[in-house]
Amino acid sequence: MSLLLIRDLSVELAERPVFSGVSFELREGELVGLIGPNGAGKTTLMRAAMGLLPFSGESSLAELSPQYRARHAAWLPQQREIAWPVSVEDLVALGRLPHGTGGAEADRLAVDSALDRLQLDPLRHRDATQLSGGEQARALIARALAQESRLLLADEPIAGLDPAHQIAVMEVFADLAKEGHGLLVSLHDLGLAARHCTRLILVAEGGILADGPPAKVLVPELLARAFQITAIHEDTPDGPVFQPLRVLK
Amino acid sequence: MTPVLRILIPLVILLALVSLALGPAGLGLGESLRALVLGGDGPAVLVMREIRLPRVLLALMIGASLGLSGAAMQGFLRNPLAEPGIIGVSGAAAFGAVLALQTGFAALFALALPLAALAGALVAVLLLVALAGPRGGSLTLILAGIAISAMAGALTSLVLNLSPNPYAAGEIVFWMMGSLADRSVTHVMLALPFTLLGWLLLLRSARGLEALTLGEDAAEGLGIDLTRLRWQVVLGTAAAIGAATAVAGVIGFVGLVVPHLLRARVAGRPGRLLAVSAVGGAAMLLAADIAVRLIAPDRDLKLGVLTALIGAPFFLRLLWQMRRARA
Repeated sequence: MSLLLIRDLSVELAERPVFSGVSFELREGELVGLIGPNGAGKTTLMRAAMGLLPFSGESSLAELSPQYRARHAAWLPQQREIAWPVSVEDLVALGRLPHGTGGAEADRLAVDSALDRLQLDPLRHRDATQLSGGEQARALIARALAQESRLLLADEPIAGLDPAHQIAVMEVFADLAKEGHGLLVSLHDLGLAARHCTRLILVAEGGILADGPPAKVLVPELLARAFQITAIHEDTPDGPVFQPLRVLK
Repeated sequence: MTPVLRILIPLVILLALVSLALGPAGLGLGESLRALVLGGDGPAVLVMREIRLPRVLLALMIGASLGLSGAAMQGFLRNPLAEPGIIGVSGAAAFGAVLALQTGFAALFALALPLAALAGALVAVLLLVALAGPRGGSLTLILAGIAISAMAGALTSLVLNLSPNPYAAGEIVFWMMGSLADRSVTHVMLALPFTLLGWLLLLRSARGLEALTLGEDAAEGLGIDLTRLRWQVVLGTAAAIGAATAVAGVIGFVGLVVPHLLRARVAGRPGRLLAVSAVGGAAMLLAADIAVRLIAPDRDLKLGVLTALIGAPFFLRLLWQMRRARA
């Protein structure tokens, strides 16, 4: 089933086109990595898809009313803000806001399950503003999961996490995809993208340069064009291994 | 009910009773309450219904408005140093009143002064709408508020500067210090509709303020209409604070300090803080209004002076703590 349909999407910021004519579809069970160099428009693409900034073209999400959209799709911005000294539990419970009041039991289960998935249960009563950067990042991911939406759009959710937590979060995302959710996740770590994503969308040069399984996207010609790098990409018994090597002059 | 309200609500009731029993007429608590409730036609009834009751009601209403709008403003701007005066409405209302005092309009009929102040507040709101625009961001809003405050302050100084006689200037200065002395039931009736409208708008912003804990982008993702939320907070504050300033003058620091004192009692949650801060504001203003009468019964100590005297050192302590937390 299709969870997100983007057709001929174009965005201008300050009268400068960021990208134009972008189309893709995201189906349930997919963990799609959105990759591309800095400034390619990954964040803009996700915000436009959510309907949070003006665009031309179509996004199936932007057509929904804000409250209904929030039940269908969770949005995890790159900017990690926790304005007030709330407990981790209360922070995660903010994900339940779109569901309105009345479902106290469902809310509790959703919060518990999100805390559990991110291994945050021991921290649930701690002041979220006093946590380490990595713990805050995981608490904010848990907030998005507590929303229990079919679709999750996450902007660089694993930036700043230690390797163990980066892998753990990508495994949580992969599990969600296996359970039938759809995820669109922007990433700079191509190694993790290669290992965990079912599909990659490469954004560069004002549009989508490539869209397909990691092995078809992370090829020398596209890497040279989009990132100006070389890399090795090997299939091992432990899964695909991808390592960027050099910057092309 | 939030546990802290179980302490604050009885405290407010107690303070209201103390305030009712306090005054130069020398009525005991039992006697004053009997006169207030049972009525009759003695002087005690007149004192209670025409002098003391309005004073207590205004302290309740205005204290609650200050606490509530302070909490909403801090929540909306995600800044613990924000306060209701930041949008410039109280400054503009004060200027409206000053102009009425200076021109003699205030002496024409009983409600001339508060009506002029309300007109000042309305002008400030229209300016805010024009300057910050229906879709303007939070920063534009703050800057517009600062500009309006500065303008109102400058115009107030100009009126004082050009004031031909020192008595008029003195009257203006005293009015601006803020007080609840000698207010009548008509003052309560004038302020009540605006106050209730303001409270309604502000209390409805709770959900949006909770979501804003995560920042504007995430709040929008949670389905919050930020433009609507901004106007709920601004117009709610303008109505409640415009009415408060119109009948009592400028009372500072309550809107800044009360949300701070109570934030930890609601586990930091900005939505829950609203109602709690309203009750806390009522308690603080009732206490301050009792204090001005106990400290200097014969000198007419101004309420706004006292709240600033207590509030400013508190504010400094807060800045000190924030500095240490950052270091």
